[in-house]
Amino acid sequence: MERNYDLEKRKYVIGGAVIVVVLVFLIRLLALQIMSDDYKKNADSNALLKKIQYPSRGNIYDRNDNLLVFNQAAYDITVVMKEIASLDSLDLCETLGITPEFLRERFKEIKDRRRNPGYSPYTNQVFLTQLSAKECGVFQEKLFKFPGFYIQRRTIRQYGYNAGAHILGDIGEVSRKEMEEDDYYISGDFIGKLGVERFYEKQLRGEKGVEILLRDVRGRIQGNYMEGKFDKSPVAGKNLTLGLDINLQMLGERLLEGKIGSIVAIEPSTGEVLCMVSSPTYDPHLMIGRNRGKNHQKMVSDPWKPLLNRAIMGTYPPGSTFKTTQALTFLQEGIIVPGTPFPCSGGFNFRGLHVGCHGHPSPLTLIPAIATSCNGYFCWGLYYMIGARQKYGTVQRAMNTWRDYMVSMGFGYTLGIDLPGEKRGMIPNAQYYDKAYRGSWNGLTIISIAIGQGEVTATPLQIANLGATIANRGYYITPHVVKAVEGEKLDEAYTKRHYTKVEASHYEEVIEGMRAAVLGGTCRLANLPDIEVCGKTGTAQNKGRDHSAFMGFAPMNDPKIAIAVYVENGGWGATYGVPIGRLMIEQYLKGGLSPEDEALATDIQNRRIDYGILER
Amino acid sequence: MAYLKGNNSWWKALDWWTVGIYLFLIVLGWLSVCGASYDYGEPDFLDFSTRAGKQLMWIGCSLCLGFILLMLDSRMYDAYAYLVYGILMLLLLGTIFNPHEIKGSRSWIVLGPVSIQPAEFAKFATALALGKFMGEYTFSMHRMRDMLVCLGLILLPMTLIILQRETGSALVYLSLFLVLYREGMTGAVLFSGICAIVFFIVGIRFGGDMLPDDLTSWGEFSVSLLIVLLSALLVRLYCRQGGMRPALYIASIGGGLAVLGVLFSCYVIPFDVTVLLVSIYVAIVAYLTFLFLRERLANYFYAAVFVIGSAVFFFSTDYVFNRVLEPHQKIRIEVLLGMKDDPAGAGYNVNQSKIAIGSGGLLGKGFLNGTQTKLKYVPEQDTDFIFCTVGEEQGFFGSALVLFLFMALILRLIRLAERQTTRFGRVYGYCVLSIFFFHLFINIGMVLGLTPVIGIPLPFFSYGGSSLWGFTILLFVFLRIDAGREG
Repeated sequence: MERNYDLEKRKYVIGGAVIVVVLVFLIRLLALQIMSDDYKKNADSNALLKKIQYPSRGNIYDRNDNLLVFNQAAYDITVVMKEIASLDSLDLCETLGITPEFLRERFKEIKDRRRNPGYSPYTNQVFLTQLSAKECGVFQEKLFKFPGFYIQRRTIRQYGYNAGAHILGDIGEVSRKEMEEDDYYISGDFIGKLGVERFYEKQLRGEKGVEILLRDVRGRIQGNYMEGKFDKSPVAGKNLTLGLDINLQMLGERLLEGKIGSIVAIEPSTGEVLCMVSSPTYDPHLMIGRNRGKNHQKMVSDPWKPLLNRAIMGTYPPGSTFKTTQALTFLQEGIIVPGTPFPCSGGFNFRGLHVGCHGHPSPLTLIPAIATSCNGYFCWGLYYMIGARQKYGTVQRAMNTWRDYMVSMGFGYTLGIDLPGEKRGMIPNAQYYDKAYRGSWNGLTIISIAIGQGEVTATPLQIANLGATIANRGYYITPHVVKAVEGEKLDEAYTKRHYTKVEASHYEEVIEGMRAAVLGGTCRLANLPDIEVCGKTGTAQNKGRDHSAFMGFAPMNDPKIAIAVYVENGGWGATYGVPIGRLMIEQYLKGGLSPEDEALATDIQNRRIDYGILER
Repeated sequence: MAYLKGNNSWWKALDWWTVGIYLFLIVLGWLSVCGASYDYGEPDFLDFSTRAGKQLMWIGCSLCLGFILLMLDSRMYDAYAYLVYGILMLLLLGTIFNPHEIKGSRSWIVLGPVSIQPAEFAKFATALALGKFMGEYTFSMHRMRDMLVCLGLILLPMTLIILQRETGSALVYLSLFLVLYREGMTGAVLFSGICAIVFFIVGIRFGGDMLPDDLTSWGEFSVSLLIVLLSALLVRLYCRQGGMRPALYIASIGGGLAVLGVLFSCYVIPFDVTVLLVSIYVAIVAYLTFLFLRERLANYFYAAVFVIGSAVFFFSTDYVFNRVLEPHQKIRIEVLLGMKDDPAGAGYNVNQSKIAIGSGGLLGKGFLNGTQTKLKYVPEQDTDFIFCTVGEEQGFFGSALVLFLFMALILRLIRLAERQTTRFGRVYGYCVLSIFFFHLFINIGMVLGLTPVIGIPLPFFSYGGSSLWGFTILLFVFLRIDAGREG
């Protein structure tokens, strides 16, 4: 190989670079290890201890400033194995109320790296967790006798009421996945797992602080590093105020005892959720502290599914409550005018198709049709709308117009409530039916959606939101649980009005029908003496016994509450839906129940529906 | 033995100096791992369940591996170079789709109880392939096609490793440009590359630290000064015909003006120094152009181009960094440069590591007596930050010894590479030493707080089988090639 001496010289450049780098490193080492006094001070093996200071988590209040969730002090005892000196183990056991065997076992556990992978004899290891203030006080007094032991204060959540578990949610230790997703958390931190605690985690948690402490050779704390120049104090979490009325919530939970179902109440003018009951529910206290894991696991495998928030996760056929949306759509689209009569003799009978109905005069116009919840009337309406070829051209376009109306009223998509896990329900469109019926279908094929059956499903929240939309005469504000976050403006999403595609004037007709239902129709039981209640029952057919539903609002001309009640397999709407609706409206507007209604409430509370779940 | 000596002349021709340094480093490395992973409770280093025990096992394997590599025929490496390269690239590709994530990186292949990082072995494969290709008789550094193939050989594993989210390991391949430089790539490429990196890092890293006048940043000032001084150096080195004067003028007047201007701004009347700096550049460029026209010496022109290029590069990175990049991209770079404390705490790590090293003093605290590392204040203390343990326990003397050993190793390798009779051997040798150099530079620089925090291991020291084997293979294959050279 011929040599290129010019290039060979480059070896000096490369070799020179190596020497220069090593020299720079040597100078740096000299500076760090010998010249610098800063690090020299640490040569006495002072070490820094980063101590995390946990902020207090925000409290949660209801709309009347009742404290729902707050913090309670709990204490952990930690130990640095290397610092233990002349331990009087008998005294320690007595003070902490533990047995010497437990102490020995616990020490063995701490030192066992297989069970405690982060073990080091020089760092704090958890010895006992979640002692009460009293237990800890006794230990505190004797702490000087036990070098190496430390008390670490931490807080656990505490609940003011045994209600609202689904909304409030809970906190638990962060999982590995959560730690990977958000760098804020370290092992052992707590994070909101369900409900508001989860949705508003960032606001509630505050910001961790850090204290950097100096330690000497034996690990004793010598004070703050650089006089606390690098310390950061924790920022407390923000308090939340919910739109919830805890008394209303408790009444709702009481009424649904032993039944599967849901009650959602909304303040129409603001979209604030006044109550959200999902039954069966559970005691939020079960989710506190050391037993959370065990209790949570138990509930996961419970066939009643108490963890499921049916108000937003349960999708049901809305049944006759849905007829109001049909009336509004037909009016706006000019399919009917309020005076249009349709026949209904025992139901909808046309070309061999029969949809049953119940006894009422025939033919009838819109207001009595709503009041008596006539099936025939709305079936005819939908039949004419889907078949209106001059207006829409094709059934597909008619169908999609219909779909747009339903979506504008809050159906078919999640509403966007500030709770995790909301379901969207189902509003079919033309493509759906094209696929299901291979393109050959018409108004008759799909007639059951007119009465809230068939493919249509909705969450109780969506049904309550329908009530709010009607109460507002044509708009809704996205329902939300949290009314105010301390020091923050409410998200614009929860103040914006969503208008439906129906004009306000058409709403008056429907409201008159709903008022008539209460005065002399299917909802007579909801007729409160001095409150103008408007309502609509629902009796939703399904595989088992019918579901009982009610949707309404009150007062008629200045709505304060819109409500949806849904009781699975409760039978007629009037059996459970209407009386529960009555009691809830009375409780909220009057602040309590009359003696007769108190008796009614107790009666409903004690009624049971046989679901046969335990055999299932 | 007689058989070995008779048939394999390698025993005699083997460079025992290198082997000696290697063994010395390995022993020191193992002691450091002992120190870093040791807790007073259980000083049983031979227990294979401890880190020290495992490392010892891997050292044993490495020695066997080294021995086996020496036994093989040196021509084999030449013959199978592309095959090895191909297999390793496929492995790298496969690893990307491997579901085993360790700390967010997908660089591991898990085979039962053993997990290996193919990236560590890909360096060897790339070095072989590069040596093989550049060793071809027809190869010419000045032919575009050959140059592109070289680049391709280097960039392919880099890309694959970046896809494994192991940016640090990927950057190692940049060191191979040193090999290209040795083989005739114009120095300007290397020089501009290094300048660009330095300008970028210095500019960004100190872009937020303001001088006392609150108008100029340290980054801007130091980069400007660097540009002026480097241009003076270029003129001095490459335009000798012009004598000392031009370089002297540039350095003293240009540099002096910049310093004076900044001092004036800091202590008399604050003003935006950028204007002054830009006018200094313009003045230098004008001066160089004038010299170029007068002396008809192209190098003046190139120096002027350097000044313009540097200034444009610096101001545009500044602009791109502050205006174009999304905040999260900015943060990633800032964390890489140790400007932002990321939650895992890159800045915190470096600070802790400096304290640990600083606390070592002249003589160190003695083997196993380091407290900083023991208290687990330094994360990754037995892998990427292993040099902390050396600094703390062995002090300045110990650390200097390690540095000297590495320097001796690399210089020795340069000598061995230069005495190769084939270009294949020389290129491979330079690859090996460049890789060692890069690891040394970045790793120790990081621990000392001089270079950005890029997680790559220190050869022979960091805990881990893959990297130890990888480096052993690199080194011993070269020793075998060296021992088998003709003439």
